[in-house]
Amino acid sequence: MLPLTYLIILLPLVGFGILVAAGRRLGDPAAGWLATVAVAASFAVSVGVYLSLLGVNAPVRSYSQNLWTWIPVDRLQVHAGLYVDPLSMTMVLFITGISSLIHLYSIGYMKGDKDFPKFFLYMNLFVASMLILVLGSNMLVTFVGWEGVGTCSYWLVSFWFTRDSAASAGKKAFVYNRIGDVGFLLAIFLVWSKVHTLDYQAIFANIDKIGSGNITAICLLLLVGVMGKSAQIPLFPWLADAMEGPTPVSALIHAATMVTAGVYLLCRVSPLLHASPSAELTIAIVGAATAFVAATIACAQQDIKKVLAYSTVSQLGYMFLAIGCGAYTAAIFLMVAHAFFKGLLFLGAGSVIHGLHDEQDLKRMGNLRAYLPITFITFAIGWLCIAAVPPLSGFWAKGDILDNAWAAHPALWVVGIVTAALTAYYMSRLTGLAFFGKDRWAGADDGPTTDAAHAHHADGHSAEPHESPWIMTVPLWILSFFAAVAGVMAISGSRFSLANWVDPVFGSTLFHDNLSSSAEWTLAIVDGVVAVLFVLIGLRLWSTRSERPALEASFLRGAWYINELYDAVFGRPSERLAAFCADVVDPKIIDGAVNGVAGAFRGSGSLLRRTQTGYVRNYLVGIMFGAVVILGFMLTRMWWG
Amino acid sequence: MSIGPGWYLGLSTVLFAIGAIGVLVRRNVLIMFMCVELMLNAANLAFVTFARTLHDIGGQVLVFFVLVVAAAEVVVGLGIVVAIFRRRASANADDLHLMKG
Repeated sequence: MLPLTYLIILLPLVGFGILVAAGRRLGDPAAGWLATVAVAASFAVSVGVYLSLLGVNAPVRSYSQNLWTWIPVDRLQVHAGLYVDPLSMTMVLFITGISSLIHLYSIGYMKGDKDFPKFFLYMNLFVASMLILVLGSNMLVTFVGWEGVGTCSYWLVSFWFTRDSAASAGKKAFVYNRIGDVGFLLAIFLVWSKVHTLDYQAIFANIDKIGSGNITAICLLLLVGVMGKSAQIPLFPWLADAMEGPTPVSALIHAATMVTAGVYLLCRVSPLLHASPSAELTIAIVGAATAFVAATIACAQQDIKKVLAYSTVSQLGYMFLAIGCGAYTAAIFLMVAHAFFKGLLFLGAGSVIHGLHDEQDLKRMGNLRAYLPITFITFAIGWLCIAAVPPLSGFWAKGDILDNAWAAHPALWVVGIVTAALTAYYMSRLTGLAFFGKDRWAGADDGPTTDAAHAHHADGHSAEPHESPWIMTVPLWILSFFAAVAGVMAISGSRFSLANWVDPVFGSTLFHDNLSSSAEWTLAIVDGVVAVLFVLIGLRLWSTRSERPALEASFLRGAWYINELYDAVFGRPSERLAAFCADVVDPKIIDGAVNGVAGAFRGSGSLLRRTQTGYVRNYLVGIMFGAVVILGFMLTRMWWG
Repeated sequence: MSIGPGWYLGLSTVLFAIGAIGVLVRRNVLIMFMCVELMLNAANLAFVTFARTLHDIGGQVLVFFVLVVAAAEVVVGLGIVVAIFRRRASANADDLHLMKG
C-alpha cells in the first residue's frame, strides 16, 4: 500500500473538486455525504499504508515518495515529495479518523444551513491541506499545507460572515497566523542559505554545516511560526475569537488538528531543537506560561465554547512544555489524546448548543443531563479525560509530560501541576453549570442569544432541550470510546505502545526522564489526587450555584486584558498611522505631486499660448526669422568651417 | 558686354525680397498670395541661372517641379480665398485670427 500514499491527500482533494463543480446541485445532505465518504476513504487508505509501514523494519521505518520536481531552479531543487514515518503516520491516522467523524457529525449539525455544500467544500480542502502539511517531505511542501489550513481556517471561522463578529474573528485569525508565517518563512530562508536544501532528512544530515548560532535562530523563527498556528503566548487571542465558526469547525480545526500543526512541526525538526538548548528552554517556558495563563482565563469564561477554546490553548501549552523538555513522544501522546477528548468535548458542546437552539451561555444552561442523556454521558467521559482523572487517557498523557518536566525543569513542573489543578477545576465548573444544578435555560427566551445562526431552529425557542439525532451522537460515542481507552498507548511494550512506535523517529534527540519507579509512582499519585480533588471542588462549587462573582474576576473574564493591551500597543498606533496617511500623506504629498505636475504644465501652457496670436503675419515673421537664422548659420559654416 | 549670372541672381534676390516684404506687410490675402508667387519665381530664376552657369540640367528640372507645385497651390489657395470672401465679404488677413490661443 505504501506507493498509494498520495491517495491519502488526493481523495479529500477530489471531494473538494467535485463539491466546487457540483456542490450546489448535490445540496443537503448529499454534499455532506460525499465529503464524508472522501475523508473516510482517505482514512481507509491511511490504515492500509499504516499496516504496510508496520512491515518495514528499518532502524527508522520510513517511506519517501517523490511525486514530481516542483521547483527546479539551479541549486534550488524542491520536490513535491511525501515522507511517511511513524510520526507523520500517527498524525495522518488521527487527522483522517477524527475528520471522518466530524464530517459525519456536521451533516447533522449543519442541516438546513443555506451554505451547506460550501461548508463541506472548505472542510475537505482543509483536510487535504492538513495532510499535505504532515506528509510533506520538505519545508516548502509543509508550508503549502500550513498556508492551506490557515486559509481554510479563515473561511470557516467567518463562515457565517453576515455577522460582524464572525467576519472580524476570521480576519483576526488570519492576521495572527500571518505574523507567525513570517517567522516560518524566514526560518525556511535561513535553512536554505546554510545547507541549500529544504528536505528534512537532508537538513538533519548536514546539521553540522549550519552552526549553533544559526540553529538557535532557525528554531526561534520556527517558534514564532508555531506560536501563531498553535496559539501560544503572545499570539493566542485569535483562538478564542475563532469560536465564532460553526462548532464542528472548532472541534476539527481549532482543537483536534490545525492548532497541533505547530507541535507536529517542532517534533519534525527535533534534531534542530536538540542542537539548541536555549531554544528548547524558550519553548518550554512559552509552553508552561501559555498553559497557565490560558487555564486561568478558562476559569472565568461564560461562553461554553470560549472555555473549551482557552482549554485548548492551555493543553497546547502542555505539548510545548513537553517539546521544550525534549519529550516529543509525550507531546504526541497528549496531542492524540487531546484530539480525541477535545474533539469529543467540542462536539458535545455543539450537541448542547444544538439542543438548546443556539444557546452558548453557561449561565443559561443547567440540569441538561436530564434532557441530553447521551450528550451528558459522552461529554462526561471527555471532561474526566481532560481533567486527568485516572485511568482515562488524559491522566496518562498529562502524567507523561509532568514526569518529564519534573526531571528536566522542576520549576516548570510546578506550573504544570498548578495548571492541571486549574484544568480539573474549570472543566468541572463547565460541566456543573451545563449539566447539573437547576434548569436555567427556560429563561433563555428573555435575553439575547449569543449564536444567531441556524435558521433551521429559528422557530423553536420555546421547546425543551432535545437530544441530537443519531448522526451526531454516533461520532460522540466513537470519540468517547477512544478518548477513554487512549491510555493504553502509555503501556510500554504493548502492541499499542506509542513509545515503541514513535521513539525510533526521534532517536537520540529524545529526552529520557530516567525516574526511579518510586518517583514515578509518587508523581502519578500526586497527579491523580490533584485531578480528583479539583474535579470534586469544581463540581461542588458550580453544580449548586451559577453565580460566584468572587471566583470570576473581571481580570480573568477579560482574558488578562490582552486584547486591550494589543489594541493599545499595536491597534491604535496603526490606526493613527493610517489616519495620518489618509489625512496628510495622501492629500498633501501624493495629491500634491500629481497636482503639481498638472499645474506646471498648465502654467507653461498659459505662457506659451500668447505666441499663438492668430495673425498670419506674426507667424510669417517667425518663419522668416528662422530662415534667416538657418541661412546665417550656413554662411558662417561656409566662411569659418 | 555680356550680362553675367550675377545680374540674374541680383534680380532674383530683389524679387524675393519684394515678395517677402509684401507677404509681411500687406493685409490683403490676394496680394499676399501674389507675393508668395513672386518669391517662388525668384527662386525659379536663381535655379535657372545656376543650371546655365554650372551646366547642370537638375536646376531646370527643379523649376518644373516648383511650377507644378505652385499651380496646385494656386488652385487650393484661390479656392480658400474665394470661400473666405463669400462668408465675410473681406479679404483682410487680420480679420482671420480665429486660431488665437
